[in-house]
Amino acid sequence: MSPELIIAIIVTVVGASTPILIAALGELVVERSGVLNLGVEGMMLVGAITAFVVVFLTGNHYLAILLAAAAGLGTSLIFGFLTLSLSANQTATGLALTIFGTGFSALAGQGYSARPVTLLGPLFPSELATHPIWRVLFGYSALVYFALIMVVAIWWFLKKTRAGLILRAVGENDLSAHSIGYSVIGVRYLAVMFGGAMAGIAGACFPLLLTPQWAERMTAGRGWIAVALVVFASWRPFRLLAGAYLFGLVMTMELYAKAGGGPLSVVPSELWAALPYLATVAVLVLISIRRDASTNAPACLGKPFLPSN
Amino acid sequence: MPYRLELTGITKRFPGVLANDNVTFAVKPGEIHALLGENGAGKSTLVKMIYGIMQPDAGEIRWDGQPVVVPNPKAARKLGIGMVFQHFSLFDALTVLENIALGMDAKIPSRELEARIREIMGRYGLLLDPHRTVATLSVGERQRIEIVRALLLDPKLLIMDEPTSVLTPQEVEQLFDVLRKLAAQGCSILYISHKLHEIKALCDTATILRGGKLVDTCDPRQETSRSLAEKMIGAGLKDIVRGEGRTLGLPKLVVSRLSTVKTGHFDVPVDNVSFTVRAGEIFGIAGVAGNGQNALLDAMSGEVRGGDKDAITLDGFPLGLLDTTGRRKRGLCAVPEERNGHAAVGDFTLSDNSVLTARDRLGMVMMGLISSGAARTYTGKVIADFAVKALGPGSTAGSLSGGNLQKYIMGREILQKPSVLVVSQPTWGVDAGAAAAIHQALVDLAAAGSAIVVISQDLDELRALCDTLAVINMGRLSPARPTEEMSVEEIGLLMGGVHGATEVHDAVPA
Repeated sequence: MSPELIIAIIVTVVGASTPILIAALGELVVERSGVLNLGVEGMMLVGAITAFVVVFLTGNHYLAILLAAAAGLGTSLIFGFLTLSLSANQTATGLALTIFGTGFSALAGQGYSARPVTLLGPLFPSELATHPIWRVLFGYSALVYFALIMVVAIWWFLKKTRAGLILRAVGENDLSAHSIGYSVIGVRYLAVMFGGAMAGIAGACFPLLLTPQWAERMTAGRGWIAVALVVFASWRPFRLLAGAYLFGLVMTMELYAKAGGGPLSVVPSELWAALPYLATVAVLVLISIRRDASTNAPACLGKPFLPSN
Repeated sequence: MPYRLELTGITKRFPGVLANDNVTFAVKPGEIHALLGENGAGKSTLVKMIYGIMQPDAGEIRWDGQPVVVPNPKAARKLGIGMVFQHFSLFDALTVLENIALGMDAKIPSRELEARIREIMGRYGLLLDPHRTVATLSVGERQRIEIVRALLLDPKLLIMDEPTSVLTPQEVEQLFDVLRKLAAQGCSILYISHKLHEIKALCDTATILRGGKLVDTCDPRQETSRSLAEKMIGAGLKDIVRGEGRTLGLPKLVVSRLSTVKTGHFDVPVDNVSFTVRAGEIFGIAGVAGNGQNALLDAMSGEVRGGDKDAITLDGFPLGLLDTTGRRKRGLCAVPEERNGHAAVGDFTLSDNSVLTARDRLGMVMMGLISSGAARTYTGKVIADFAVKALGPGSTAGSLSGGNLQKYIMGREILQKPSVLVVSQPTWGVDAGAAAAIHQALVDLAAAGSAIVVISQDLDELRALCDTLAVINMGRLSPARPTEEMSVEEIGLLMGGVHGATEVHDAVPA
C-alpha cells in the first residue's frame, strides 16, 4: 500500500468514527448517571434530518449542528420524562424512542431525499493541509476536533470535578446519593439531555460529514454500535476513543471489501460488517469471565430510582 | 441553658399507619440520649424528620431554643446536625476521600479536605486510608467513613442509627470512646438502638417509643435491662424455656475439612472447617459479617458442592455430593441470610414458597403435579404457629414485612422437623417478641432430637441460645467450646482474628 492510500484510509477512518464517538460519549455520561438510554439511534436520526433540513434551507452548517443538538436534546426529554418522572422501564422506552426517531425522521424527510447539500469543509485553511502528512492532523472538519476535545473534557469532568463525582455517585448508588441530599432525578435529567444533544450532533455528522444528502435510516445502526461501544470501553472515555477508531477502521475495511479492493475482498464484506458486533460480544464475554476484576459498570445502570418513603 | 433539640407533639402519618403519634422529648447539649424501641416503633421515622428527609404532619422542632423547619438534609447539616445511617450511604466504587467529599456541602479542594480528614482521624483515633476504594473495606471501617464525614461538619448533634449491629465487641468499645469524647466536647448524641446493655453503658437519658408513641423517658443507668425491655415491648418478656435434665445425644452432623473455592472478588471462602453437632445440640457460629458465613451456609445447604462426599455427613450418611434437594430429602434443611430473593421468592405466594422447600419432605408433589391443598394447609399451619402477620397462604412473600417473612421462613423449615437445621441470622430485623418465639421454636426442635447450627453476628442471641460456640474469621473456624466457658472478650478477640493458644487444637471436639 502506498503512503497516500494509508493516509486516505486514516482520514476515512477518523471521519467514519466521529459520529459513533460523539454519540457514545453522550451515552457514556448518561450511563454513568445510572440510566440506560437505548434510543441513541432514534435521537441520531432526528438530529440527522434536522441538520439536513437546516443546511438545505440556510446553507449554514454550524446552525445546523446547533439545531441538531437541540433536536436530539428535545427527543431525549421524551425519554427522560417517561423513565425519570414516570419511572417507565428504560429498556422498553429506549427501544420505543428509536422506533419513534426512525419514523419521525422518515416523515419529516419526505420530499428531501436525493436533494444535494454541501459537506462541512475542513476547519483549517487548506494551505495547512497541503502535504499528505499534515492532512492527517489538520484535514478534518470542526466536528472531528469537537469529538476529540469532548473525550478529554468528559474524562476531566468525571474524574476531576465535583459535578462529575456527584454524577458518578448517582449512577453508583442512587439511594445513598438521595439520602445525602442530591437530586437523583435532576442529575439524571441533565445527563439524559446531554446524551440527547450529543446524539443529535452525532446524527448531524451523517449529512454534514459523510454523505451530503438525506436518506431514510441513514445512520444505519451506528447508534447501536455507540451503545455497544460504551460497554466495550467499560465506561472509560479514552478506551471509548480507541474503541471508536477501531470500529471505524473495521467499518472502513467493509467499504473497501465491498468495493472489491484487493486482498480485503477475500473476506466477505458481510463478515467485516459483523465484526464490530462480534468484537462487542467477545468483550462482554471476557468481562463476564473476569468478573472479579472490576467491570466498572455503574451499579445502578438501568434501574429506575424509586425512593422508599 | 436551652435544650439543643426539642421536639413537641411530632406526628407523622403514612397510609394506614401512624408512625409517630404526638412525640415530645428534648436533648441537652453534651448529652448522649438513647432512642429505644422495637422495629416499627417509629424511631427511624422520627430521626428522618429531625434530619430533614421527611416532614412532620404536625408538631414543632426547636433548635437551640428557636423553632425551625428542616426542609432537607442540607438544611439539617447547616444547623449542625450530623447523621450516621444504619445502612451506610456509601459508594462502593469510589474512594474514601471521594465518598467524604460527596457528603460535604461546601466545595473544599481535595488536598485540603484530605488534611482535615487526617486531622479528625488523628484526634479521635479513627484509622483509615483516604485513598482506599470502599469496596475493599470492612464494615467497621465503612462506618468510620460515615463518622468522619459527620464529624467534618463540626456537628452539635450527631444521630447514630443502630451503629453497633455490625461491629465486633472491641469495635463497639472503640466507637463508644469516640462518642464519649464527642459528648465531653459538648456535642449531643442521639443514639438509636435496641441493644439494652449498650444503652445502659453509654447513655445519659433514654426515650422509649412503642407503636409510634412515647412510652417513657428515663435514666437507663437506673433501670435493669429487663425493665427497659418490658417498657419497649409493653409486656412481660418471655425467657427461653429449656427442658429439665437435657443430655446431648450421639454426633448427628459431622463436617470435616470442608473448604470452598473463592468465586468473586469480595467473597470469603471457607478453609478446612470441621465441627460436630450432636443430636439435641444447638451449635453457634459467631463472626463479623463477611468472614465466610455465606460460603459456609451455601456449602452446608448444597447450593455449592465440593468434591468430597464425606465432608458433610448426617448420621454417618455422606451428603457431600448431594444437591440441595437431595440433602433436604435426607433431612438437612438450611435458611440463608437474605430472606427476600434467596430464602423466599418475593413475587410468589407463601403457599408456592412452601412448595419450593417442603415439597419432598411433606409430599406436596405427586407425579409432577403440585398438590396445592397440601401446600395451603401446611402454609396455614406455619402462619398460625409462628404468628405470621399475613392475610393468608395466598399473600405474596414480598408483601410481608421483613420480620414477618423471617417468621414464616423459620416456621416453614422448623415444621418440616429436619434432622439438621442450618440457619443464618435467624432473628435479623425481627422484633424482640418474635425473636423470643423463634428462639423457643429452635430450642424445642433441638429438644426433639435435631441438630441445629446457628450462624449469627448477634452475640447475645448466640450466648442465650447455643450449647456450643465457635467463631469464624477469614473463613477459618475456631475450636468449638461450651458456651458457658467462653467470655464475651474471648469471643470478641476470636472475631477480630486474634487466636489464643487454642489455635493448635484440632477443631473437631472429642
